[in-house]
Amino acid sequence: MSKILIVDDEPNILLSLDFLFKKEGYEVFIGRNGEEAMALVQEHQPNLVLLDIMMPLVDGYEVCAYIKKEYPQIKVIFLTAKGKAKDKEKGLSLGADLYLTKPFSTKEIVSKVKELVN
Amino acid sequence: MLSREWIIAATFCYLGLLIALAWYTEREAAKGKSRSAHPWVYALSLAVYCTAWTYFGSVGRASTNGLEFLTIYIGPCLIAPLWWIILRKTIRISKALKITSIADFISSRYGKSAHLGILVSIFCIIGILPYISIQIKGIENSLEVLNLAEFSQSDFNFWNDTAFYVALGLAGFTIFFGTRNLDATLRHEGLVMAVTFESVFKLLAFLAIGIFITFFLFDGLGDLFTQASAAGLDRLFVLNGDAVSDWFWLGLLSMVAVMFLPRQFHMAVIENTSEKHIDTAMWLFPLYLILINLFVLPIALAGLLLFPSGTVNPDTFLLAIPMSKNAHGLALLGYLGGFAAATSMIIVSTISLSTMLSNNLIMPILVSNRRLQDRLRTRLPQILAWTRRGIILSIILLAYFYFRKLGNNATLVSTGLISFVAVAQLAPSILGGIYWKNGSKLGAILGLWTGILVWFFTLILPILIQNGYWDPSVLSQGLFGIVWLKPTSLFGMEGMSSITHAFFFSVFFNTLIYAGVSLFTHQTSREHNQALIFVDIFKLGDNPDRSTIWRGQATQEALQNLLETFLGKKKAQKAMEKFFQSKGIPANERRWADPELVNYCQRLLSGHIGSAAARIMIESIVNEEEISMEEVMGILRETQELKNLNLELKSKSKALQKASENLQEANEALKISDMLKDEFISTVTHEMKTPITSIRAFSEILQDESIQEEDKKRFLQIIIDETDRMTRLIDQVLDLERFDSGRQKLNFERVSLSELVESSISSMAQVFSDKNIRLISRISTSQNTLFLDEDRIKQVILNLLSNAAKFAKSEVRLSVFESADQVIVEVLDDGLGIPEEDQPFVFDKFFQAKNQTSKKPVGSGLGLAISKKIAEYHGGQLRLESKKGKTRFWMEIPLETSFKVPQNQVAHE
Repeated sequence: MSKILIVDDEPNILLSLDFLFKKEGYEVFIGRNGEEAMALVQEHQPNLVLLDIMMPLVDGYEVCAYIKKEYPQIKVIFLTAKGKAKDKEKGLSLGADLYLTKPFSTKEIVSKVKELVN
Repeated sequence: MLSREWIIAATFCYLGLLIALAWYTEREAAKGKSRSAHPWVYALSLAVYCTAWTYFGSVGRASTNGLEFLTIYIGPCLIAPLWWIILRKTIRISKALKITSIADFISSRYGKSAHLGILVSIFCIIGILPYISIQIKGIENSLEVLNLAEFSQSDFNFWNDTAFYVALGLAGFTIFFGTRNLDATLRHEGLVMAVTFESVFKLLAFLAIGIFITFFLFDGLGDLFTQASAAGLDRLFVLNGDAVSDWFWLGLLSMVAVMFLPRQFHMAVIENTSEKHIDTAMWLFPLYLILINLFVLPIALAGLLLFPSGTVNPDTFLLAIPMSKNAHGLALLGYLGGFAAATSMIIVSTISLSTMLSNNLIMPILVSNRRLQDRLRTRLPQILAWTRRGIILSIILLAYFYFRKLGNNATLVSTGLISFVAVAQLAPSILGGIYWKNGSKLGAILGLWTGILVWFFTLILPILIQNGYWDPSVLSQGLFGIVWLKPTSLFGMEGMSSITHAFFFSVFFNTLIYAGVSLFTHQTSREHNQALIFVDIFKLGDNPDRSTIWRGQATQEALQNLLETFLGKKKAQKAMEKFFQSKGIPANERRWADPELVNYCQRLLSGHIGSAAARIMIESIVNEEEISMEEVMGILRETQELKNLNLELKSKSKALQKASENLQEANEALKISDMLKDEFISTVTHEMKTPITSIRAFSEILQDESIQEEDKKRFLQIIIDETDRMTRLIDQVLDLERFDSGRQKLNFERVSLSELVESSISSMAQVFSDKNIRLISRISTSQNTLFLDEDRIKQVILNLLSNAAKFAKSEVRLSVFESADQVIVEVLDDGLGIPEEDQPFVFDKFFQAKNQTSKKPVGSGLGLAISKKIAEYHGGQLRLESKKGKTRFWMEIPLETSFKVPQNQVAHE
């Protein structure tokens, strides 16, 4: 069973994604900020991380850089409200596999995750 | 034997030659060919320095004092190299100011002082008289040697005295040459040429006789000196140490004399056509002096060897030797050479003295009297011309009588030196005048008087005593019986020759008084002007008119009339034309004369009647206001103010620059505010996307039919909450925007603050009890009601309370109290506190604390920013104080808020 880590500082978004992916049969971990996320990556080494960017303390970019350095096999999808081209560029240059903007379509996100995990 | 007729004929031939030469030169000059404007002519005309004194007297002096006669020529040779400095400056000043004589020069320097002009003029005449007298004596002596004049003291009548007629003849000759043109600054071309001719003639005659005596009567210099040595005369050509002091002082004396003798000043300065001629004069003049002195000692030695001691006056050796050897032709040449030396001196001296006297004494007296001036005005030029003629005649006659009454027993040289010392009195005020700005009129007058008195006391008094005109006891006992005041040994000074003694003391006291008085007197503005022109002449350029500070008004017509009186109609018009042309002023604008024109006219007039008289004439038609020193200072201050204005302009432009910098800054700030606005919008967008994301996600999840009822309910509630959150956010953003732009309207009314606080507390009670946080309130205010916007103030209180609830550990205290003239609403929590580095940003939009206890702060991050605005809109403030375990927010509301709120704000809402 594939493991997914979802990182966001917005509880309702976490709630919706958690529900969505559990239903799809993934093992889901929840991180509420960048620090928690890195600890969970270390602990569980998920197959994929859904990563918000704007978070207190350690932001998504840093988390992504950390993951891609320590665990390059882990897929990373940015899921963020930051829709500007230069933010996307920055995210992808850090090694992220996909850059999706909020608000998102649940169907799309599920299918993209599926693609990447398999 | 030379016949009387021969000598008279030769003399007249010589004079005729001079007249012809002068006439020819002047005619050429009238055609525009200046024959005398040549450096050699200039240099040789300076040899007017060599007079009968040199020609006859030097031989006489050498036969008693040996080489000492040379001192009078060593001085000029030593000073000549300095002419480029001193003489050039003097010439430049004199040309610029149209100076006519040395008296004019001094008068002009010290504020065009008529007093100084008169003093110098009279003194020069008195001082030079002995000198002129020795010229007549020289001619008389030479005539005697030629056995023409038999002079006996007993039956002396001037009408049968040859010398008298010689004097008269010279006066006529001088008048003819010297007073034809009234403009004393105009060059006397003919005269200069005549003087130059005389210089050459006397040199050649002297050399001819010297060569005759040395090489024909003796076998050259070697033979002559050997014989003299054998006769025990070697003391005359061997230098001994005793006379060093005399050599020094006489050298110094002659340095001064060669520049400041009126005739030297006249030839070197007034008759100068180009400063460049000084170059030639600097070497040619000393060379001339060497040549003319070459045979002085040989002739003296020959005379002493040939004539038994005492039988022949050594002053006449030059003629007596050829006469005794029957070389009559040569003797005649020698006589004419001496005549040339004497006449050139007399002519130039009397011309310069007559100009001096007429311009500095007669003219100022004539023109200073209004009535006299009006009556004489049209005839002034004629009066001027006849005055000069009269003066020339008088001077020569006076000199003649001086020679007959006083000068008979003295040698040529000793008499001439008296004049030298007299002239030396001018040196302090002239040299001080051109190099020292502080030299003042009073200093010059008093110094000059001192010098004159000492000169008279030490040199003239002994002569008067000698001739029986004065009580001789002064000589032995001193003035008033004071031994220190003996004329020939002042302050017990012994061992100096009388000339050295007089020179030293007169010039010493003169200088001392001049400098001393100058240091302690203030110059008038006119004096100061002149001092500046004289000292700084090289800095002024060509236009001294503009440099003077002058204020006055004259019609141009009056000036022209005045000029016409002295220059003639044609010349005056020409001069005016020249001035206007050079200024480029059109004819129809010439009504009032400006100061420059007045100064120009005054300068032109100065050339004719001297600067003091010209000043008086000009003043008579110009309503000049004497400018006091204060006014000069005022003018200078104006200049200063102009400078200040300039500075102000500079500072203004600096301010302008600063303003533009400010503008740039404002622009920068605007850009920043634009950027902030962009950032704000992007933040708002981001904040909006968050609830939208949740709403969309849950909506999609809810589309799935298989979701359990429980989840469904939960999700729907989240959607509702998020929608609320969005609404709130939008409201707050719009709210803040209105506050920021000043368009927010508040609804002020009388409100009971305590009731408002109570109601806020009750609406928050549930939140606090949910979080298990105690809320303690203490309300103490005497104020029943305040003038507030109830909803807004409540919004602030709720915002503070909900923030406190988020961060508090266990307790929140709400207090309302009065402090000074304001009411304070304070909320205090016991949470972790806000880190110091975050505190400045707490009230910024979208600031959200990182250490909130709740997982995600409920709120937009705009609450405090809006609250602060609300407090400010009430004329109050929202403040913060925080440390660990104690965070205090408080709102200050002034009690008299009502008075500050504009009525329209109330009305509109």
